[in-house]
Amino acid sequence: MIRFLFSKLGDLLPTLIGISILSFVLVRLVPGDPVMLLLGERGADPQVYAEMRSSMGLDLPMWKQYFHFITGALQGDLGNSIISKRPVVTEFFDRFPATLELGVVALIFAIVIGIPLGIIAAVKRNSFYDYFLMGGSLLGYSMPIFWWGLILILIFSVHFGLTPVSGRMSVMYYIEPWSGFMLIDTLTREVRELDGLAPFRSALSHLILPAIAMGTIPLAVIARMTRSSMLEVLGEDYIRTAKAKGLTRFRTIAVHALRNALIPIVTIVGLMFGSIITGAILTETIFSWPGIGRWLVASINARDYPVIQGGVLFIATMIVLINVIVDLAYAVVNPKMRG
Amino acid sequence: MAQVIALEEKGPDPFFVEFWQHFKQNRGAVAGLALIIAFVAIAILAPLLAPYDPTLLQQDALRLPPVWSDGGSWQYALGTDDVGRDILSRLIHGARISMGIGFAVVVLSLTSGLFLGLFAGYYGGIIDRLIMRFIDILMAFPSILLAITVVSVMGPGISNAIIAVAIVAIPNFTRIVRASVMAERKKQYVMASKTFGASDLRIMLFEILPNCLAPLIVQATLGFSDGILNAAALGFLGLGAQAPTPEWGTMLADSRPFIESSPWMVTLPGLCILFSVLGFNLFGDGLRDALDPRLKK
Repeated sequence: MIRFLFSKLGDLLPTLIGISILSFVLVRLVPGDPVMLLLGERGADPQVYAEMRSSMGLDLPMWKQYFHFITGALQGDLGNSIISKRPVVTEFFDRFPATLELGVVALIFAIVIGIPLGIIAAVKRNSFYDYFLMGGSLLGYSMPIFWWGLILILIFSVHFGLTPVSGRMSVMYYIEPWSGFMLIDTLTREVRELDGLAPFRSALSHLILPAIAMGTIPLAVIARMTRSSMLEVLGEDYIRTAKAKGLTRFRTIAVHALRNALIPIVTIVGLMFGSIITGAILTETIFSWPGIGRWLVASINARDYPVIQGGVLFIATMIVLINVIVDLAYAVVNPKMRG
Repeated sequence: MAQVIALEEKGPDPFFVEFWQHFKQNRGAVAGLALIIAFVAIAILAPLLAPYDPTLLQQDALRLPPVWSDGGSWQYALGTDDVGRDILSRLIHGARISMGIGFAVVVLSLTSGLFLGLFAGYYGGIIDRLIMRFIDILMAFPSILLAITVVSVMGPGISNAIIAVAIVAIPNFTRIVRASVMAERKKQYVMASKTFGASDLRIMLFEILPNCLAPLIVQATLGFSDGILNAAALGFLGLGAQAPTPEWGTMLADSRPFIESSPWMVTLPGLCILFSVLGFNLFGDGLRDALDPRLKK
């Protein structure tokens, strides 16, 4: 186990260095001069231009620029956004709770619906339910979520008028950020005394469509994974033993089979973080959700160097760390994986 | 890709007969194959099938609804868009673009992933570690984020979108090839051809590769659907095909402002993306079940 831990951590360092180099290089390959972008019309004066360039460190050789970038990053400084002039790290953490809240609710939606559907499909193997559910989950898995979001808006917002089209909160209320999660912040005592439950309802109705759009593909993946994992477990001897000793069908499935089938499902959910971010980029664009996905797309369009570089580095690092944690957790649970 | 290989083996090859016996029992997979054939046929025959030029602007036919709603007519069976282009013709030509994108993405990512995986699996050691670290790095970036960044470096457009989406898909192929090569390279037939003095490249391509084909074909099929989906997403974000190209994702993005007044402009291109992707996923799933000996009874 210790050896496995160290080999994983040994792989981690070069990967992290590679990520930082790649995000640094990619951004520098983007056409367009950030100094010109910043100066705009006044860029004509070569004196001002040169001063600006050196103040941003862009006159230094590449390796020095990278060195500055990486030493800064290690101290939690990713530079300032060209557009807003605020530190990238601050901007990131201002928006991260919105994405996290959306992602968590989307995943809960996917798990709460996906696991029972997968169990039903496995237990009723090769029945109509199985074909129907698995066909449906493949449809969900094939879903272009940028279109699915628009269709949800078309049905629930435009046609039925049930939910707002975009944003995170009605402009009627000002909610002091405390946890950063709107669903929690709207339930604090001050908010409830002032406006009752209306802000909470507003937050929920804003959240529900983007969460469904973003949760659809994870739901499909979880349902399929649950089915195959359950099928494997249901064929094991100890399930036959459980049945033979007269346990109820429900108890056999819910306690004996599901508990063992859950291990690969938990792993899949853990490794889903990357696709959640991909989902966030598209979902937030459609629903004008004020999270990091939309922020990154806007920054790329505006050629906001430091934001792209810092944001990409941050997200990639998080994904790598989460994957390693999932791997390690999996190795703790399942000794066969300590290869 | 996959069905080309299937068609070539028309003779009474026992392996193919067995495969087909198994495959045709899977109704979903057969439906997927039918969907793929339909989309490919539409793509090939697009100029013959489309009633209008997909970029033709008709000032007297702006945002006409499809034939089944009030005010629609057979003249424009699926209606027209905000500048009077016939949507049916655009969707038909869109099949050509999406199938082409899918094919190009699979060819690019398959060849790069194939060689990376062969080298990593065959040589092992330091080469393997280097290649796999590179793959880890690529995999650390969420696919769309990496594709967006690559496209913003190279500039928007179809060919750059294809490259970006292909780069994102490389790790899948590399990992599959590497895993199969590692399982094969210690086997007797590899040792035998080594003693005959075959070159490494020859062993890799002609001895080992044919034995790793099954998972690779499955991944190629699934790569098609990922490619179509990601390229459409780039088009939707304004970074893929540019107007007036009738690419489905781009069409979706252009029609967003009209979602309330002309919903068919949004619904139809999305359905095309959904069903083409579904076709490849169904087919890929069926292939995996039919080719995987462990699942055969």
